[in-house]
Amino acid sequence: MLGLDRKDFILLLVVFALVVLAPFLLNPFPTNSAMAQFNAGYPDLMQRFVIFGIFAIGFNLLFGLTGYLSFGHAAFLGVGSYSAVWMFKLLSMSVVPAIIASVIASGIFALLIGYISLRRTGIYFSILTLAFAQMSFNLAYSVLTPITNGETGLQITLADPRILGVTATESGSIPVTNLLGAEMRSTYIMDVGTWAFQFNVGYYVCAAIMLLAFYVSVRIFRSPFGLMLRAIKANKTRLNYTGLNIRPYTLAVFVISGMYAGLAGGLMASMDPLAGAERMQWTASGEVVLMTILGGAGTLIGPVLGAGVIKYFENIFSKINSSVLESWFAFMPENMQHAAVYVSEHFVGPGWHLTLGLLFMLVVTFLPGGLVEGGQRLSRLFRRKPQKDAARDSTQSNPAE
Amino acid sequence: MSNRLTRRGVLRTGAVAGAGLAVPTIFTGSSARAYTNEPTGSSVTLGFNVPQTGPYADEGADELRAFELAVEHLNGGGDGGMMQTFSEKNLKGNGILGKEVKFVTGDTQTKSDAARASAKSMIEKDGAVMISGGSSSGVAVAVQGLCQEAGVIFMAGLTHSNDTTGKDKKANGFRHFFNAYMSAAALAPVLEKMYGADRKAYHLTADYTWGWTQQESIQAATEALGWETVNNVLTPLAQTDFSSYIAPVLNSGADVLVLNHYGGNMVNSLTNAVQFGLRDKQVNGKNFEIVVPLYSELMARGAGENIKGIPGSQNWDWKLENQMGDRYTGTNAFVQSFGEKYGFPPSQAAHTCYAQTLLYADAVERAGSFDPCAVAEALEDFEFDGLGNGPTLYRAADHQCFKDVVVVRGKENPENEFDLVEIVEVTPREQVEYAADHPMFAGGNLGACNSGA
Amino acid sequence: MDAIILQILNGLDKGSAYALIALGLTLIFGTLGVVNFAHGALFMIGAFIAVSVQKLLSLSYVTLDETRTDFLGNPVKVETPYVVEWFGPEVGATIIDWSVPIAILFAIPIMALVGYVMERGLIKHFYKRPHADQILVTFGLAIVLQEIIKHYYGANPIQTPAPDALQGSFDFGVLIGFDPNVIIYPYWRMVYFAFAALLIGSVFAFLQFTTFGMVVRAGMADRETVGLLGINIDKRFTFTFAMAAVVAGLAGVMYAPINSPNYHMGMDFLVLSFVVVVVGGMGSLPGAVAAGFLLGILESFASMNEIKSILPGIDQIIIYLVAIIILLARPRGLLGRKGVMEE
Repeated sequence: MLGLDRKDFILLLVVFALVVLAPFLLNPFPTNSAMAQFNAGYPDLMQRFVIFGIFAIGFNLLFGLTGYLSFGHAAFLGVGSYSAVWMFKLLSMSVVPAIIASVIASGIFALLIGYISLRRTGIYFSILTLAFAQMSFNLAYSVLTPITNGETGLQITLADPRILGVTATESGSIPVTNLLGAEMRSTYIMDVGTWAFQFNVGYYVCAAIMLLAFYVSVRIFRSPFGLMLRAIKANKTRLNYTGLNIRPYTLAVFVISGMYAGLAGGLMASMDPLAGAERMQWTASGEVVLMTILGGAGTLIGPVLGAGVIKYFENIFSKINSSVLESWFAFMPENMQHAAVYVSEHFVGPGWHLTLGLLFMLVVTFLPGGLVEGGQRLSRLFRRKPQKDAARDSTQSNPAE
Repeated sequence: MSNRLTRRGVLRTGAVAGAGLAVPTIFTGSSARAYTNEPTGSSVTLGFNVPQTGPYADEGADELRAFELAVEHLNGGGDGGMMQTFSEKNLKGNGILGKEVKFVTGDTQTKSDAARASAKSMIEKDGAVMISGGSSSGVAVAVQGLCQEAGVIFMAGLTHSNDTTGKDKKANGFRHFFNAYMSAAALAPVLEKMYGADRKAYHLTADYTWGWTQQESIQAATEALGWETVNNVLTPLAQTDFSSYIAPVLNSGADVLVLNHYGGNMVNSLTNAVQFGLRDKQVNGKNFEIVVPLYSELMARGAGENIKGIPGSQNWDWKLENQMGDRYTGTNAFVQSFGEKYGFPPSQAAHTCYAQTLLYADAVERAGSFDPCAVAEALEDFEFDGLGNGPTLYRAADHQCFKDVVVVRGKENPENEFDLVEIVEVTPREQVEYAADHPMFAGGNLGACNSGA
Repeated sequence: MDAIILQILNGLDKGSAYALIALGLTLIFGTLGVVNFAHGALFMIGAFIAVSVQKLLSLSYVTLDETRTDFLGNPVKVETPYVVEWFGPEVGATIIDWSVPIAILFAIPIMALVGYVMERGLIKHFYKRPHADQILVTFGLAIVLQEIIKHYYGANPIQTPAPDALQGSFDFGVLIGFDPNVIIYPYWRMVYFAFAALLIGSVFAFLQFTTFGMVVRAGMADRETVGLLGINIDKRFTFTFAMAAVVAGLAGVMYAPINSPNYHMGMDFLVLSFVVVVVGGMGSLPGAVAAGFLLGILESFASMNEIKSILPGIDQIIIYLVAIIILLARPRGLLGRKGVMEE
């Protein structure tokens, strides 16, 4: 089906189901229960899940297949965001030209950087990409402020021309991003009992693009081109001796990967029209590396899982403060409550970085293949259930190393 | 039925429990709801968005303390703090409009992206009707833009760039904190008194928006006194060692060094300047001097002894009422209740956040509604007193507060780590006021108030 | 001319910090084959040892002074450091004043222990794992370490001054015939440079003139063969790691007076020191040192007004620009060997 074998097709279906039903799956707790803190089914975070999923899928095409560890991928995300916001400023608030522009601009940028950086391999390649990205970040923050609006980030204003759209709405506000008139921000809330499920236009636009991006990545993994890339990872020297020039292949996948990053940046700007320079900082590049390794580099679904986990921690754990903790432990006697709050305080709220750091260490120590390996181990425990097995197996077909 | 919260861009269908899927309808504009996140239950949620990780985490923690204290006072707990001294008497300790005040917190990480993500989750998930906090201008401008689009009120925390209420001002955003122009206007006459009118200044400026506006402001103000500007050197934000920027200063003919740096940058550049022995030198027959236009008491601790005798400006200081008299009433009430609860005096960041929360609550009471447009109207051209800064005006034209500015100097013999600065003078409000269309603030447009309806 | 001399001095100083961190990093790369993202954290821990020793030495007992009141109206607490109580005001004050140099004595065993525990407890298990896994685990460790420091010391920088005798600056220009105040340089920075030179010298001497060092160098050249010779490479790995940790830690201790330490200073140095290591060439100790000083000096030159006025913003990117040019001109950095970390 769709040019995929059975396993891949089932995987695609599973991802499709997860993405479509995300508003339900991510909102398992009733709105006014104490556990509602853990609900992640609100538009902004769901959008982030799929957008960073796209970013990580693209990164994994380069790193997972060829083993080239780029430490500057955030630069492409940043370029994508800036291009998209400029489209909103100059052209119109429709997301279509913005997304197209972001993919093209980041593709060109990736071609330039890739052409130079791919002359080197291993850590030398990593440092070259890092250097380019840091230069972009530093310049965007300072000297290029007329283009990037520096520290504040590029925003749309009431003074923008928007030649194909309107400068301001009738009520005097800045118009909002839309796709054929459907506003990205509009949300439909469905109440079922005490649950509230949010269905957001922007999320489904991102989700559709993410499914497409995922499908393309599966096709690349399974194509002769993908095989060639894996051969590069396995043994570059041997390929060179057979008379093959590997540069065109690595450059091609580098540009594709950069375009994925640009697409993610364009979508971020489409959901929330602001592009900040810190999107290009090395920490942002490092984040996508961590997402990919955490989930399982070289696997199809791993990077998406990794992206989800890191964004979940960033957005949910950081918001748990001491008064929330107090309400959770309210059932305990007072002394125990204080003790429990005191201990758990270190891991949530301001301490969310600590939890994330511990998670990195635990996962990589005990699950060398990332979260995907965790899934595989679980599935081995439940061998008796064939349906689940099929889904897990297909993720397994591309081990990390 | 579960109409506990309403959210932006949303129609609540109110499906009967268990009835399951209602017909999905997507709304794009006009609908029946009154405004974003209208509180319908017995409580109202405010969102406090402060840096909890990164270099400004301690400043964020102090802001959060102030917010918690403000909520406690609004709900009738504690001693009421500045509610007793506030010139308006609408707040009775029964919440806001009788609704209990609840709050959610988030981490801005001092990055505009993360700050917007955090604010969005407060609006979309927690139903916050007002967002406050923050410790840098980049974040403030970014979150202010978001609140404008979402239709909630933004009560800025610590943000000092001219742009927040200048080029990037928004109808839904309000700033109580002072700005770079006011710092410069307040400092200049004091500098003249301290160092004379014949001085040559060398500027080191953090290479981003705030640094530029600060430098522009102080250069204009000091040149008006007759000072000469020898040079202005931009330094990278990520710089930690400023030695290569400071080394040439002494040989440039300048006799004053102005450090347009904030936070970690300020601590490092000041420490480096003192290391180079600049303050022990004589140039042009005068003592070499260093000026730090914006002081942050929390960060000043990191510079320790190096700040002794160095002048700068502050929005507020906890010793204000004791030293400058009753005009600054409210200060002691706030310091008292903050100190009782946490054991040390509050920072200016904490003060502005506390004041912003009370100002918002009071505006809601006067407007009789949480509707952002009604609240904004209540805040515009609002004159008040008793919040520690003396008589203050929230100007309608740009949503900037106008009040006296405190000029401070690093104390020679601090008694403890909270007593690092001494008040030199308070520059009266008239001297720091400017026209709304002043060139340094030009190019912006408040736009129309957005209630999300 | 004077400006150039001044910036060379500055560059040497910046360079010594880069070189010290890069030295340990490349030692770990070269011998253990581990990409250590927690190396910046070791530097940070070193700086916080200086902070802690300062706090420890100024540990005080509290007496209440009923004659004065604090801002809440309670009696003022007067703190008297124990060292002042024990050794008298003069000696006590001197001990507190010299806390940073004293911290060096503490830093050596503490950092060696930290290095030992890290290597035995964690890094050991990652020798055979892909570099990506090493990055993830050491990055995680770096976050955990800095969060622990943040928990105890807060996020603000903490001032850790140099001894009074070494504060202020030295007029270097007068010595070589310039006017006064043209080339001045702080005493502590000169101390830092001398200290770095000494430390780098001793590491090289150790590797060059001891049997142990010979084995380590042999291990860097060809780990497998050394293992085949029946040499217990494991023990030497642990020692090497501990040594790298001590070097990074001492660099941190001495750096504390230059810039007040804060919990994320390790991350600030991490990326730069990686660039330095790679520009120097993977696995090359002289390369790391040379690259450290080279980048330090170039960074200082780039911040000169004359250069900034021609190329605005050049000081923001100079290090990365130089790194790109060097890596394109010399595929393995300045002094790198073929085949190290090229996969």
